[in-house]
Amino acid sequence: MGETAARAVGFTPLVVHRPEEVDTVSADTQVSVAAMSKAGVDLILFVGGDGTARDVLASKAQHIPMLGIPAGVKMHSAVFGTSPQNAGQLAALHLARDSAAAVREAEVMDLDEDAIREDRVSARLYGYALSPYERRLSQNAKAGAGPGEEATLDAIARKVAARMRSGVLYVLGPGTTTRRVSTSLGLPSTLLGVDAVLDGRLVGRDLDEQGLLRLMADRESYLVVGVLGGQGSLFGRGNQQISAEVIRRTGRDHIIVVAALEKLISLDGEPLRVDTGDAEVDTMLTGHIRVRTGLEQDTVYRVQA
Amino acid sequence: MSVPTPHPYMANSVPALQREMLDSIGVDSVEELFVQIPEDHRLQRPLNLPPRLSENELRRHLIRTLSKNTTAETNLSFLGAGIWQHHVPAAVDEIVRRNEWLTSVFGEPSSDHGRNQAWFEFCSQLGELLNMDLVGLPVRSWGTAAGHALRMAARLTGRNEVVIVRAIDPERLSVIRNFCEPPEMASHIGIRLVDFDAATGQIDMEDLHQAVGPQTAAVYFEVPSYLGVIESRGSEIAAIAHAAGAQTIVGVDPISLGVLSAPADYGADIVVGTIQTLGVRMHAGGGAGGFIASSDDPRYAAEYPALLISISETLVAGEHGFGLSLFHQSSYGLRDKGNDWTGHSVYMWAIAATAYMAMMGPRGFEEIGAQILQRAHYASQLLSEIDGVDVHFPAGFFKEFVVSFNATDKSVAEVNRTLLDDGIFGGKDLSTEFPELGQSALYSVTEIHTLADIERLSGALRKAIA
Amino acid sequence: MTEKLKEYHAPVWNESSIMELGYPGRRGLLFSEAEPNIRERFPEPEALIPASMRRRSAPALPEMTEPEVLYHYLRLSQQTLGMMGMSIFGTCTMKYNAQINEAMAWRPEVTELHPLQHEDTLQGALEVVYGMDTILRELSGMDQFVFQAGGGADAAYTSAVITRAYHAARGELAQRDEIITTIQTHPSSAATAAAAGFKVITLMLDENGYPSLDALKAAVSDRTAALMVNNPDDMGVYNPEMKEWVRIVHEAGGLAFYDHANFNGAMSKLRAREIGFDACMFMLHKTFGAPKSGVGGPAVGAYGCSEELARYLPAPVVTYDGDRYHLDYDRPHTIGKIREFWGNLPVIVKAYAWSRSMGAEGIAQASDISVLANNYMEKGLLAIRGVTRSHPNASTPRLEMTRYSLQQLKEDTGVDVHDVQNRMTDFGIDAMWTSHEPWLVPEPFTPEAGEMYGKEALDRWIAVLAQISDEAYSDPGLVKTSPHNQAIHRLKAGMTDDPSSRAMTWRAFLKKRNNGALGAGPHDPAS
Repeated sequence: MGETAARAVGFTPLVVHRPEEVDTVSADTQVSVAAMSKAGVDLILFVGGDGTARDVLASKAQHIPMLGIPAGVKMHSAVFGTSPQNAGQLAALHLARDSAAAVREAEVMDLDEDAIREDRVSARLYGYALSPYERRLSQNAKAGAGPGEEATLDAIARKVAARMRSGVLYVLGPGTTTRRVSTSLGLPSTLLGVDAVLDGRLVGRDLDEQGLLRLMADRESYLVVGVLGGQGSLFGRGNQQISAEVIRRTGRDHIIVVAALEKLISLDGEPLRVDTGDAEVDTMLTGHIRVRTGLEQDTVYRVQA
Repeated sequence: MSVPTPHPYMANSVPALQREMLDSIGVDSVEELFVQIPEDHRLQRPLNLPPRLSENELRRHLIRTLSKNTTAETNLSFLGAGIWQHHVPAAVDEIVRRNEWLTSVFGEPSSDHGRNQAWFEFCSQLGELLNMDLVGLPVRSWGTAAGHALRMAARLTGRNEVVIVRAIDPERLSVIRNFCEPPEMASHIGIRLVDFDAATGQIDMEDLHQAVGPQTAAVYFEVPSYLGVIESRGSEIAAIAHAAGAQTIVGVDPISLGVLSAPADYGADIVVGTIQTLGVRMHAGGGAGGFIASSDDPRYAAEYPALLISISETLVAGEHGFGLSLFHQSSYGLRDKGNDWTGHSVYMWAIAATAYMAMMGPRGFEEIGAQILQRAHYASQLLSEIDGVDVHFPAGFFKEFVVSFNATDKSVAEVNRTLLDDGIFGGKDLSTEFPELGQSALYSVTEIHTLADIERLSGALRKAIA
Repeated sequence: MTEKLKEYHAPVWNESSIMELGYPGRRGLLFSEAEPNIRERFPEPEALIPASMRRRSAPALPEMTEPEVLYHYLRLSQQTLGMMGMSIFGTCTMKYNAQINEAMAWRPEVTELHPLQHEDTLQGALEVVYGMDTILRELSGMDQFVFQAGGGADAAYTSAVITRAYHAARGELAQRDEIITTIQTHPSSAATAAAAGFKVITLMLDENGYPSLDALKAAVSDRTAALMVNNPDDMGVYNPEMKEWVRIVHEAGGLAFYDHANFNGAMSKLRAREIGFDACMFMLHKTFGAPKSGVGGPAVGAYGCSEELARYLPAPVVTYDGDRYHLDYDRPHTIGKIREFWGNLPVIVKAYAWSRSMGAEGIAQASDISVLANNYMEKGLLAIRGVTRSHPNASTPRLEMTRYSLQQLKEDTGVDVHDVQNRMTDFGIDAMWTSHEPWLVPEPFTPEAGEMYGKEALDRWIAVLAQISDEAYSDPGLVKTSPHNQAIHRLKAGMTDDPSSRAMTWRAFLKKRNNGALGAGPHDPAS
């Protein structure tokens, strides 16, 4: 798996796994990654798409950053370079421990098979992996790592938590950004699931649509969500539990979006995506929305179906 | 429109050359390049400005206009209060006017090397005068330095009230009030003023004790104070602040530091002040400039809004250069999340100041401090010998002192009007700023004032109050 | 590439830090002793200081003669490239700092004035200030300018403080706590709004390269205190919907402030007040020909506003009664002071001199030429391998600047924009500007041709970048190890930020070096 290609360009690879078939399968990826992990590599650099990213994630080598060389179109996961060249540069920076390369928790997403069965293309959030990304730094800051997005997101989360009103239900979407809100409340959270908070208490864990609607009944509620994946998904990909009906009942002005400015910038001008499966709700969400990017800072960003 | 005349500042103002450039990009007229600006945004007429002047005409026009000024060079001036007349060596003027640094911007540490080194030497020499390891590049004035320092203290302590001496320049206090924000703002910093002792001009310690508490982010005082007085209980004030968990911020005029103790030595955490007295002319107030300094503790460094410049090794062994430090925490790096804001300041005055400090050396600062003390005290005594004239705080001042005309029937304005007719700029009128001092004026005497100057003032004052 | 371009070489003086120079006892400046009468009365000056406040040990300053100091700094000035070569640093609007302006500003009728002198003695100075005010009113349509702000950011701060005063006077300050800006507006607008206590709402760009009207509408509310925005932005993109923007903000009860930092391409073409703005700012040290001084100043951010806002202006304001000029301090609604005194007079004199030398015709010409030069350069630059332009959809000609990207070059060769900046200086061209933070465009660079440099100079700039691109593709190491012709080489990454190695003063440097955090330098007595 890759040995021939590596030799062809003049590397002397250390082969950790030889697949039994010419056409490799998921298991081969997982076994290889496990072997690399055991060998103590600094980075798992893989070629492929969202499926491969999932396989790497599944091999439980969480402590080692992963980086994808994109070999397909439009990856949903946020662990890929923007181009093969870019992935190469990024890998080099990371391995050279250059301060321009930082590591963050990035979403691993893949096609949602349930949705495909319904003839829709959507994506599901499978987990988070450490992944290097390049900070776009000006010359003078090149050497310095500024206060990272981590601290900013924590501060926003603390504020969201502090401003929660009594008697109001707060639905926390999946992902690390919203997890910070639970953490500042001192509550446990489901990383990949949807939780609900009422009066400082966790009133629902890993809720599905029906569970959410039950809790929301006759009660003012807010949705707190992050931006998921490399394509900037707001609703519908990675947080399907927050269904069109949930969004409709909550109301557009009760949606709190939290994201690091760097995450928005990495979308390179592409809008935040909504794909709730309900054209009416998608239209309602389309337009511009305030994203909390700092303690006393909002950024207005475009949303599109 | 007629064909414009080529202008000496614009190499491409030759019409044929513009044609050549237009042709090369395939455009008929310059106008086509402005299509982004909609018609209804466009000014529909030519600008109505005074006629263009040739260099010769411009020179004559400006000299004619500027000669309507009367300067502190052809007159005898005793004005201070934030801008002071000191001797500026000719070599300093030559250095600060060099086109190389005037035309520089943010190049690379290699292409800006000389300028960066000069800036670093400014910080280094000021650090020696202050006995402090961290000195930022200059900020726009003493008042802005104090304002930034108070905000730093509020961030460092997480508190939102500051204690400031009332014997402060009202202009500076006004700058500080704007920095501290009005009460409507969530990040408002409250200001409590501490009175001065009517007899000595020093801080009223009773009042200070009352004002400082667990809500206090910082205590700010100045040595010498606005009224000229040298605060003698610096350590005591710092101890009171520290006991409450507050920062001690001291404002100084660094020209005094050859003879006066460095504030760090009596407990200051952050020191601010002017750099104008270090080789910068008055420029009608355009000479104003300030600094912020502290210990090198990363907690303090992290709160600087000013740009900082650090020495560094280069990629070549044994070679050193200089680069901006902690740039990312400024508003250039973090926009609204940066510390306050930064932008154009008075960095050329740092170059004047570094040259000045190097020419002065330790002996120069000692001598100038001694001279100023002698001349100012002599002037104070001579003036107080005039019937009807008193000096409010006759002991323990540096170069400024408060002259009272309360025992005369003249206002400061009247006295100054008469002095002006004699070619003398009298001291700053304090009668509205500090009404409790009555008809009083703040006089500044420096190394430039000779015995004859002081005697001339004394004579003119006798006449003015008669 | 035909012939290799000739390179430049900086003077290499290996100049020691001044902290290591001199000899004990040497003097650079003497003061004649006080006259005997004075000395007799005060023989011991230190006795005039309270004992607790006397300095105990002399400051460790260098002891040098006058020529030693003078030539040290002249050598350092020579090791500063500035515009001695060529510098077209975007957003800084590099233009000629005329020597006549310097000569006038350094006359004693300017340098030897005290700001608190009686206004009768300042008539010439006030006439120049008033003259500059009049010129800026004509350029903007505003009703009154003040010059107290010591730079553009300071003028933005002035605007934020006046915004506070305006809403406070209407009893709405507590409610109106948001200022709207755009991601492409200079960071100082967002920063000063935040420092003045406002919450900052930032609009991102849409496909056209500027934020859409819809984005603005999503941001405006009864909490809106003001809009702070530039136009064109520093990519040379002009927002054609600005009149509507201002209308919407006014309708919501907010003020509109126009940051005219990028005025060169717009001057004589439009006026802020006619687009509807309540206030604007000009940088005299940039658009009006006064020096940038290392982006350090002294500088002036001239702040102008409508009659309605004029009551809040920082005092004093220079007025004219038809006969004499006055410093008007009697302004009951003033915000007070932004900075002590009434402005950097020398900078105002230089800007006034520049404006009079240019006249209306010259100012219009400068605007035309700067936009022509930018578009001329764009054609040459886009022909270079590895160079692309930001926002390809925004295809109409840019104004006085264009934002480019070297992302392609980086992906192809590994050479990034910092490498290119360094290599440019080897040709006597000072490092080009990249972009403000955050970098929306990867590996950005932004030249601003301006009106000073001739076509030959612009051609050389393009040729240098073309050659560096060739080098990147053929011999990337040459670019990555640059500069090769400067007084020093690149700094070791990280040393100016790492707390164990950074040193902002010589005394801090000595302590850290003695702690072993730093290697021995060339000036180390032990080496």
